[in-house]
Amino acid sequence: MSTKPRTLYEKIWDAHVVDRRDDGTCLIYIDRHLVHEVTSPQAFEALRLAGRTVRRPDLTLAVPDHNLPTTPRVDAAGARVPIADMESAQQLAALEANAPSFGIRYIGATDAAQGIVHVVGPEQGFSLPGTTIVCGDSHTACHGGIGALAFGIGTSEVEHVLATQTLLLQQSKTMEVRVEGTLGFGVSPKDVILHIIGVIGAAGGTGYVIEYTGNVFREMSVEGRLTVSNMSIEGGARAGLVAADDLTFAYLEGRPMAPKGADWDAAVAWWRSLATDPGAVYDKVVTIDAGDIAPSLTWGTSPEDVVAITGAVPDPMSFADPSKQEAAKKSLAYMGLTPGTRMQDVPVDSIFIGSCTNSRIEDLRAAAAVARGRHVAANVRQALVVPGSGLVKRQAEAEGLDRIFIDAGFEWREPGCSMCLAMNPDKVPPGDRCASTSNRNFVGRQGPGARTHLVSPAMAAAAAVTGHLADVRELVGEAA
Amino acid sequence: MTPVRIVEGRAIPLGRKNIDTDVIIPAHYLKTISRVGLGRGAFETIRAEPGNLFDEPQFARAPILIAGDNFGCGSSREHAAWAMLDMGITAVIAPSYSDIFSGNAVKNGIVPVVLPQAAVDRLLEVARDHPITVDLESCTVTTPFQDRFAFEMDPFRRECLLGGLDEVGMTMAQGARIDAYERGAAADRPWLSAA
Ligand code: SF4
Repeated sequence: MSTKPRTLYEKIWDAHVVDRRDDGTCLIYIDRHLVHEVTSPQAFEALRLAGRTVRRPDLTLAVPDHNLPTTPRVDAAGARVPIADMESAQQLAALEANAPSFGIRYIGATDAAQGIVHVVGPEQGFSLPGTTIVCGDSHTACHGGIGALAFGIGTSEVEHVLATQTLLLQQSKTMEVRVEGTLGFGVSPKDVILHIIGVIGAAGGTGYVIEYTGNVFREMSVEGRLTVSNMSIEGGARAGLVAADDLTFAYLEGRPMAPKGADWDAAVAWWRSLATDPGAVYDKVVTIDAGDIAPSLTWGTSPEDVVAITGAVPDPMSFADPSKQEAAKKSLAYMGLTPGTRMQDVPVDSIFIGSCTNSRIEDLRAAAAVARGRHVAANVRQALVVPGSGLVKRQAEAEGLDRIFIDAGFEWREPGCSMCLAMNPDKVPPGDRCASTSNRNFVGRQGPGARTHLVSPAMAAAAAVTGHLADVRELVGEAA
Repeated sequence: MTPVRIVEGRAIPLGRKNIDTDVIIPAHYLKTISRVGLGRGAFETIRAEPGNLFDEPQFARAPILIAGDNFGCGSSREHAAWAMLDMGITAVIAPSYSDIFSGNAVKNGIVPVVLPQAAVDRLLEVARDHPITVDLESCTVTTPFQDRFAFEMDPFRRECLLGGLDEVGMTMAQGARIDAYERGAAADRPWLSAA
């Protein structure tokens, strides 16, 4: 191995190469594998048909999240509430059967620790810095927030990892996204990543792994870093990384599956050594001034369609690229928006606070701070708050956040993916407009015909209580 | 996996950019535990548009799809590849793909051909009324009009497609190397398996 300065990504990559083929393809060892009900049944089935086993069940953790309803899972008598949708019930049953039959740890639907895989991994200390983490879900990029090389894989790769604990991969290029300066009042990690995607574009990161650097990320909480890294995939990157530091270690220490005692100390020493070397070169560098980032949201149907809350719906003809002009016209027709309309004048019908991007305790605190003492506006038809895990839910309840939301007219739900994707009963009805803290504003993502505006938790709460897309800075005083 | 060498026939000239996986197969079709039958939900939102290309009889069961930049962006769902395969598509031509989609495509015997936008534009024009040919052996796309566009593909992926190889089986044959790596990692980082 050469001694030239290396980036964080290159160090993690090098430490996981099992074999390097002549054509450059590498067999990469996978340290952690998260499994959920939607992308795993066909993989387990293929193993069974080929008479194969799971190589390292101890490095695999299964949690259902995508199609679980977020209504209570046990009735007053303590009995399991069956899932009405037969296909969803069948998928859940498949995971419930596959986990024990392949010897995999399983956090079930009624377990207090159940939640969205990407919330559960770091929360349990299963996800660790410097590890390779995969899951049959593109938002696995989330775990990069604690300095892990984490990325989504397809079902054939899920099968490959289950059987071999490795993947055949090509090394990615490296991109540094450096954000320096001071974030303005009311600007959250979600606004930072939306702004970044607006700058680099939805395909800007294709072929790259992004490392987020600069004082803004050093000073950002670990949960904020998870939010940022989560949406790396929306900028086209396979993964995002924020180097692990003292904040990360403090966040992970003592978590149930994290190393303990001497193991912990050895782990921390190794994690520290992974930071990008001075003089290491990235294939591409993007620099952003923190002062340029406003509370932001999307106006269209691609995550790159980002505008400041103080801005207006753009004119499709204002884009230089003719194909972007076409796409913007289609987006605006789908979104039911007219160029020139002030974003703050757009009324909303639905509010979703949740998803692996924004369902951790800090997110719920930020939303509750806006909802406190206010009420969901009369024109809002549904406003859901869906904690990312049972443990987040319990913590929020201990802090009284559930009361704030319920008193304000929000629904307080059980953990899961919920309205982030239209797979479980939580959906945005056709034509309705949703201020959502999730990560994708694709056509039909939250339900056929649903119109999504991606926002931060505080901005979602602001939209809920005003009934329209709103600037959170006008609701929460700087001194508050 | 069925080996692929040549994909020949009509090509759906979709041409749009940023076709995401929710467009290829909406989430409500993902509740299946099988790989087949997803074609019925493929491109549902586009098929709902009056006069869309998928409804034109000459494109029924067309084996090729031509699209714009960033095809298959979004989720990791391999159901996108399964749905396209179920429709009969075994090659896609676009200027770029999401990383995850192109990997999923290859694992299911779909050839993700990368060509510059100018070549894609020409093929979009030809495909309206004529068949095109994707030849993985020579790495070219040709039309009945002497157009000949060469494309590049990662040699390993090309080998897997041409041979219809089972990657899991290939890697399992490397078991001794994986054992050796695991022994080294367990010595260097004993905390890894402590979870
Ligand atoms: S919350 Fe949304 S993005 Fe996250 S894992 Fe669930 S469905 Fe995927």
